[in-house]
Amino acid sequence: MFQKLGSKLTLAVGLIVLVTISIFAYFNTRADNRSLLAEVERHANQLSEAVKSGTEYDMLLNQRERIHETIKRMGTQSSIQRIRIMNKAGAVIYSSDPGEIGTMVDKNAESCYRCHSADRPLERLAMRDRTRVFRVHPDSGRTLGIINPIYNTPSCSQAACHAHPASQVVLGVLDVTLPLAAVDKDIRSSQVDVVLLAVGAILALSFIIGLLVTRWVTRPVRELVAATRHVAGGDLSYVIPETRDDELGMLARSFNNMTRKLSEARLQLFQSDKLASLGRLAAGVAHEINNPLTGVLTYSSFLLKRTKDQPEVQEDLKVIVRETIRSREIVKSLLDFARQSVPRKSSADLHEIIARAATVVDNQLSLNHVTLVKALGSDVPHVTVDGNQLQQVFINLFVNAVDAIGPGGGTITVTTSRLRLSPVGITQIKKAQCPKRHSLINADVRIDGKPSIRIKVRSDGSEGFVYLDPMYGKTRHQFGLPPDVTKAIQVTCPDCSASLLVDGAICPDCGSAIFAFEVPTKGMVEGCTNRACTWQSWSALDESGDREFVEMRVADTGGGIAKEDIPRLFEPFYSTKGQKGTGLGLAVIWGIIDNHNGTITVESAPGAGTTFAIRLPVEP
Amino acid sequence: MKPTRDILVIDDEPVITRAVERVCRAEGLSVAIADSAAAAAIELGQCGYRLIICDIMMADVDGFGFLETLGRKGIRTPVIMSTGMSTTENAVRALSSGAIDFIAKPFSADELLTAVHRGLNYGKIQDASQGVTPLAPRLSLAYVPCPPKYYRLGYASWVSVEGSGTVLVGVSDLFLKTIDGVQSVSLASADEEIVQGSPCATITSPDGVEHGVLSPVSGRIVATNPVLAATPTVVERDPYFQGWLYRVLPADLEYALHYLTSCSSDRL
Repeated sequence: MFQKLGSKLTLAVGLIVLVTISIFAYFNTRADNRSLLAEVERHANQLSEAVKSGTEYDMLLNQRERIHETIKRMGTQSSIQRIRIMNKAGAVIYSSDPGEIGTMVDKNAESCYRCHSADRPLERLAMRDRTRVFRVHPDSGRTLGIINPIYNTPSCSQAACHAHPASQVVLGVLDVTLPLAAVDKDIRSSQVDVVLLAVGAILALSFIIGLLVTRWVTRPVRELVAATRHVAGGDLSYVIPETRDDELGMLARSFNNMTRKLSEARLQLFQSDKLASLGRLAAGVAHEINNPLTGVLTYSSFLLKRTKDQPEVQEDLKVIVRETIRSREIVKSLLDFARQSVPRKSSADLHEIIARAATVVDNQLSLNHVTLVKALGSDVPHVTVDGNQLQQVFINLFVNAVDAIGPGGGTITVTTSRLRLSPVGITQIKKAQCPKRHSLINADVRIDGKPSIRIKVRSDGSEGFVYLDPMYGKTRHQFGLPPDVTKAIQVTCPDCSASLLVDGAICPDCGSAIFAFEVPTKGMVEGCTNRACTWQSWSALDESGDREFVEMRVADTGGGIAKEDIPRLFEPFYSTKGQKGTGLGLAVIWGIIDNHNGTITVESAPGAGTTFAIRLPVEP
Repeated sequence: MKPTRDILVIDDEPVITRAVERVCRAEGLSVAIADSAAAAAIELGQCGYRLIICDIMMADVDGFGFLETLGRKGIRTPVIMSTGMSTTENAVRALSSGAIDFIAKPFSADELLTAVHRGLNYGKIQDASQGVTPLAPRLSLAYVPCPPKYYRLGYASWVSVEGSGTVLVGVSDLFLKTIDGVQSVSLASADEEIVQGSPCATITSPDGVEHGVLSPVSGRIVATNPVLAATPTVVERDPYFQGWLYRVLPADLEYALHYLTSCSSDRL
């Protein structure tokens, strides 16, 4: 139980309170005790003086009976235990306890000791020294006694009654004893009060501390522990409510930030893992398929060489050789996709490519009662593309469309058109470098699937990376800095710390400093150091005007795609076809289009068919 | 003296070895088959060969392991590597490990034969250069070696680093000798990307056969040699200077150089 932070804190606070209150109570009780005793002492002294002066006259007149009576009466008061007068020899002459009269008091007894301890008795004593606190029996209550010496005065020595010689200083002593029961009772009750106060304070403080610890520490810590369990169990989407501003609130926020980063990293890992599996698969497929293909290609091309005099065989053999070579290119493109290599581009007629692709799937179309409608634009220019790869794209799209349409039959419509678009928002920055020519491109952090541009930013003691959106004109940057850091003071290359700030230049939108990096052969891209500002400038692009694109749309009348499937459509191994598909088709298409600096988008709704739109830049 | 045959084909796929045997026999070449590196070693012990065609992906010892064994045994028979894993990495690695050529599977009969033809010629030229003595090194050399400070991929293509961050790319004299001369040169155009280990140009020899030149670097072509369109024979006359093919902005020169052989070291 005392392992818990709350219990430990409560225990510690309780102990501190206990010690403090104990020390306080000790001194307080002692002071109380003293002042009460002093009060009683003063009272006893007054009483003693009163007895002395009350009996003085009778003594002078030697009225012994009266003195006896006075002392007896006074002694009956409950606040007085005993009054007695002893002569110099120690014999009790008068006493409120008549049985005592005539007895001798031992001079060494406790009440006489003060004066009689030395050889010659002392004659004068301070009041404090004349009082004593003692117990008559060990088990009886405390008693306070005060000795009051009766000094020889001229009136005594000259009295006619009985002569006290003038040389005598002290004639006898008056001893008054008072019970301390009432005082002791007061002291005890005040001690009980203090103990009760201490216990009450400890309990109340412990309770309050426990309550606060539970509220401020235990509960948020428990939430954090629960969150770590969720995360350990693989649920990276678990979020702790960020309602607090204290250190634990900071911990919660940074925990949430961590899980967010982790889930992003996991997603990327997952993706790259999938791509790696795709690479392995492609490698395996390539090896396995290329060996039999070698047999086909070698023998068919060999036959082609040897049958030059048989034109009718030659035609057939040429088809075998050509298609085998195409298969070889397909396998190679699979390998190339897995390795993201550059396509082999040449200026090509897209309509011819579409026609070639249509011929390949012709059989499949007619078997499934699918009509292919071509609505090809007349002004579509030649585009620099890898013809084989693009043919692959169309074959895949047609096959997908046939699968989507199903056995009932339907229509695939291919549309091509030429369009002009502003490059802003659709141009990807694929290369970026610092003044010392270090690449700023970071493939680990991807924004919308594209490698980001990483810069190092410092501001007021915080330092971190900012991942810029590689799509020029879009500002979906990722900030590796706390959200309260709004303005960067230093922007540097993560590799060599060369500054990227542009001296003397300010952002035309907000007046903050600006930074810049180079896109090799395409000039400088500038950005604003103010996080809230979205200003960007890339003069090469801004001034180039609209760019020409060719748009190709492949629309089918199939069942359409569920909304939740659309975002994952282009991921490798993601298939909506179940056992029928490998999940590679659209991923390969995406890779090919991306390698051509193009874009592919999909519009679909269940029951409304699917349209894939591909845009390729005319100028590569 | 061991009997000599023309070609030893090593592949664990019978369909490949048979196809190669068939095609080469038809050309009048003698062919032996081995289905593993171990079988090939036995075969090499019994018989001399002018050319070896070896698969990379084999069950026990792979093609690279086999190349190493040959080097250790001091067997100087030229080796052409082949694989179904036809990645440029494999091509580059094969060439930098000492293979003279790389043919990607699947290959056609013509592709195979031109490679074999070049390989046999290469062997002949090397044999002719065997008699080189310190007294008369140049006279008896059958080809002009690539100049110092150049780098070569295999024996066929070279790279020369220029001051401005670009490199010049060309073909070696030895390669041109193996194809018996140049009839025409077909180049990629400026601004295109070329990839190390992938064909970047085609040279047609006088007999009309096309020979692909594997690029020694990856990068973007800045310019092509303007002289070659009109007079492709410049390549043959001065393959290392006037006869360059491309000026290239390399994507990662350091990485590319990792797989290239320094021509300076050839002369030691």
